[in-house]
Amino acid sequence: MKLYEKANTLSDHRVKVDPRADDRVPDGLYRRCPICQAVSSAQQLSVYQACPACGFGLRISAKDRLKWLVDDFAAYDTDLTSSDPLAFPGYSEKLAAAQERTGLNDSVLTGQARIDQTRFHLAIMDPTFIMGSLGTITGEKLTRLIEDATATRQPVVIYTASGGARMQEGIHSLMQMQKVATALAKHHAAGLLSVVVLTDPTTGGVTASFAMEADITLAEPHALVGFAGRRVIEQTTHEQIAHDLQQAENVLRHGFIDQIVPRDQQRATLVKLLEIGGCADDE
Amino acid sequence: MTSEKMTAAAVVAAARSEEKVSGLELIAGLIDDFFELHGDRLGSDDPAIVGGIGRFHGQPVTVITTNRGTTPEEKLATHFGCPSPGGYRKALRLMEQAAHFKRPVLCFVNTPGAYPGQAAEEGGQGAAIAQNLLKVSQLAVPIITVIYGEGGSGGALALSCGDEVWMLEHSTYSILSPEGFASILWKDSKRANEAAELMQLTPAVLEDQGMIEGIIAEPADHQEVIRAVDRVLVARLNELQQLAPAELVAKRAQRYRKY
Repeated sequence: MKLYEKANTLSDHRVKVDPRADDRVPDGLYRRCPICQAVSSAQQLSVYQACPACGFGLRISAKDRLKWLVDDFAAYDTDLTSSDPLAFPGYSEKLAAAQERTGLNDSVLTGQARIDQTRFHLAIMDPTFIMGSLGTITGEKLTRLIEDATATRQPVVIYTASGGARMQEGIHSLMQMQKVATALAKHHAAGLLSVVVLTDPTTGGVTASFAMEADITLAEPHALVGFAGRRVIEQTTHEQIAHDLQQAENVLRHGFIDQIVPRDQQRATLVKLLEIGGCADDE
Repeated sequence: MTSEKMTAAAVVAAARSEEKVSGLELIAGLIDDFFELHGDRLGSDDPAIVGGIGRFHGQPVTVITTNRGTTPEEKLATHFGCPSPGGYRKALRLMEQAAHFKRPVLCFVNTPGAYPGQAAEEGGQGAAIAQNLLKVSQLAVPIITVIYGEGGSGGALALSCGDEVWMLEHSTYSILSPEGFASILWKDSKRANEAAELMQLTPAVLEDQGMIEGIIAEPADHQEVIRAVDRVLVARLNELQQLAPAELVAKRAQRYRKY
């Protein structure tokens, strides 16, 4: 298809002033917010890794998120690993490297969580694990978590962060969308609450499945939330799209998000929603 | 040539052929008294999805197909068979209506994928597909899909998440187009043929992998294709209609649970 053969996309035409400027600052000392361009010190970013100026949450690993989100966490299904169903060249090495770097078996961390006195089942996708892509094990861990939540009558909270389907697992990745959706439908039918928190980035097959199927949908400030990639949209429509088209604020304006909640308010928000919205009834 | 002996790239080319049977032909050939039902009841009517009610061997059914159009105007209006959010919502509305009146649902799919555009994004393309997956999983009527060309990504899955998925011999079902796949993984869309071989997108490989229920032979004559689809749908509907509604939904869940 011609679509993918064009080297120059409209996005590439944007003027960028000395792209290497940031490289001259020692690593980890200061970060520039990709949304509002404010420069913040590590201390200003705080444990939340959020821009103090605009609230944008930087991409963080699942384990880093866990540090400030919950008081207690017991991980589930840490021993599953992808069977590499397409026998895709180089994939098993890529997986091993991601596992080594993140300490996770795949792109989602799942388990039993507690904030204050509120217990729930929690899934956190990890954008640093092959872009948080939806592999067979990602889908399996989410499905098992939701099934267990249904069986033990607990609410489920899912933090999404994903580039979409896992290319290296092909059609097997696509099927995870329906597998997780079915588990969520049963959880919902059992009268139990699900909450999704959309974080940067939530796109593709994840947006087109469990990211948009919860009873309550929250998002982090300015998080990228969309279905198609910007490049694909611009190459298909030959129009430059608005810079904020896929920002959470615009998605909220169009009716697909309940509220945008900065990181430092998420603990309190989740406790409130789980209590009012339908907490575990087995206490 | 049968698909077993074709390269994956050749199957991709055949799936995209303009000579293929269309969804509207399938409806005309299989369904008596077809009556089209328009609109998603939320403000749009996407021509890339055509649906309605009619009789299949005397039995009331709901039938839904993707539509690529034939004239240049139709092709533009349907975005070459790429549905917009309203199309998926129309399909869901018709499937929920079918479940209410206990009519089986037949879906015919040939789409490169859900349309990528600014209006589609703001209209909730992802959410529209997601809601189809969520709600179709619980509809207690038989839902059978035949992929008769390209089965592209989540945009195809939204109409292929029922009880059974069958494919015409010269059709594909994949996570992304081979061009897109090669572009993402190798930054080189010209390696599409190589990608096609790796992607497990041909009917023969998908059947081996347990992703589809079976393959329908596809001779050049469209009437013969329609008769072959007819035979499969009659046999499979008969079998699925033996199941109690709860059994049907449980079996459907198992179909996807194994992946």
